[in-house]
Amino acid sequence: MADLAIQAKDLTRTFGSFTAVDHITFDVRAGEVFGFLGANGAGKTTAIRMLTGLLAPSGGEATVAGHDVRREGEAIKRDIGYMSQRFSLYDDLTVRENVQLYGGIYDLSNAEIRERMQQMLARLGLERIEREPVHAIPLGWKQKLALSVALLHRPRIVFLDEPTSGVDPITRRQFWELIYETAHAGTTVLVTTHYMDEAEYCDRISIMVAGRIDAMGTPAELKRNAGVDSIDELFVRLARPANGGSERGTRT
Amino acid sequence: MSESPAVVAQGLTKRYEATVALDDASFSIGTGELFGFIGPDGAGKTTLFRILATLLLPDAGQAHVLGSDVVKDLWTLRRQLGYMPGRFSLYPDLSVEENLRFFASVFGTTIEREYAQIAPIYSQLEPFKARRASALSGGMKQKLALCCALVHRPQLLLLDEPTTGVDAVSRREFWDVLANLKTTGLTIVVSTPYMDEANRCDRVALIQRGHILAIDTPTAITASFDRPLFAIRAPDRYRTLRALRDYANANSVYPFGETLHFTDARASLPPDAIARDVEAYLNDHGISDAKVSPTEPTIEDTFIARMGAPEGEEREHAVHG
Repeated sequence: MADLAIQAKDLTRTFGSFTAVDHITFDVRAGEVFGFLGANGAGKTTAIRMLTGLLAPSGGEATVAGHDVRREGEAIKRDIGYMSQRFSLYDDLTVRENVQLYGGIYDLSNAEIRERMQQMLARLGLERIEREPVHAIPLGWKQKLALSVALLHRPRIVFLDEPTSGVDPITRRQFWELIYETAHAGTTVLVTTHYMDEAEYCDRISIMVAGRIDAMGTPAELKRNAGVDSIDELFVRLARPANGGSERGTRT
Repeated sequence: MSESPAVVAQGLTKRYEATVALDDASFSIGTGELFGFIGPDGAGKTTLFRILATLLLPDAGQAHVLGSDVVKDLWTLRRQLGYMPGRFSLYPDLSVEENLRFFASVFGTTIEREYAQIAPIYSQLEPFKARRASALSGGMKQKLALCCALVHRPQLLLLDEPTTGVDAVSRREFWDVLANLKTTGLTIVVSTPYMDEANRCDRVALIQRGHILAIDTPTAITASFDRPLFAIRAPDRYRTLRALRDYANANSVYPFGETLHFTDARASLPPDAIARDVEAYLNDHGISDAKVSPTEPTIEDTFIARMGAPEGEEREHAVHG
């Protein structure tokens, strides 16, 4: 199906006797902003590592941008972008050097890199910091820049792992406007967050509990079905029983 | 308050080369209070906590903690303080029990002697006491770090971002633990970037770029919001947001959960007139299904209204049209 960016069926991963991801089944439509929620240790990171072709599933199947996660990991890497708060840009390189590095990794020509860098900096209003080292620019800018760099090779899907962690409330909202713009332009966005209000910004969300997807739908649907006022409330209700199982041991 | 305050800070300032991390911060924290510093990364929270913990010298100003000067009386203070740094501060290769035993021994005591103090939290960790700290989940690590900060029976706890990066459920549990500790009379000073956690504190200071923007009870802070706030519900939020950015009467508009939050520049207009005007404006711009209704401001709304521009930008670009 051409309009599905991600398709996962019974996707499973075990580590020894521990089942980190337990038969998850879900689709993400092209151009959708999909919130991938769960408590620490619920299995989100393991699931994302499988979807990005970094970790082989123990069972089930998934396609990402039409490629099979088991056999076509390299093709997937070309069609996706990835950004997290922890690993995004190289602090000691300038903005320009970071863009050149990423462009090079994705086989863009020098002309393409130059052109896309100019477009990107103009759109963000950041032309004047092209030669600044990344460690010297404010966190909010860094994160917008990191997202734009993750989109440099025009991926079909971008994975954002806690992209707004620690930023101020206005910058956080500006970042979400950038996410909306990205999705409007046709790129599918899969995002994880610990800010429950951000879950409400997503077209659809899933909530993982102990390796399984326990809830999935639009935020409005999920709240209506559960009879709660906020995703925060629903999250706590679903994750609380399993929280004794935050000792499932995995580090997130 | 009849007792003397647990913390008094006057004009605390700290610079790192050209950056002013903390700028003339003054505040006072009562004995037994659960006090929160709420602000994003780079606000100066960690610098402030390090100064209060006697680990960093201020460039100007002074602070007294439990009656002792943080610069002159550091050796007295260090025995009386429990400090939990923001980054995971435990030894990853030691087990849960070994970490705790180590911190107890540094203060010349033992787990057994202090068991009553830490039992409510440690009992949740005990089933995993042989596990290496590195293998614990985020919420469990925070509980262990809290035990280690408590094991020498401090009179005051300094917890720097104990819930950062921790999921919403574990965050709640951690605040439940703090609420319990507070009943023992312990003074607890905690920092967090999560605005919704302000409501768990007796009083909070909103802090940004080294400046304290406000200090008060959470209720008083939200009550200080100076104009009617509206929640706008519309199926196409992004389009509605863009349309409102061009609305001449808009004072601020920004996404908030499943709604947009909006304030009007015409402060004297009654709320129902504003709501009607906004709906009419949206209707003229092809958005006929928006619902505009008054809503109560939260700490986050107050923070946004008071913080001014995010780093490196003019406020005009931030929330205005």
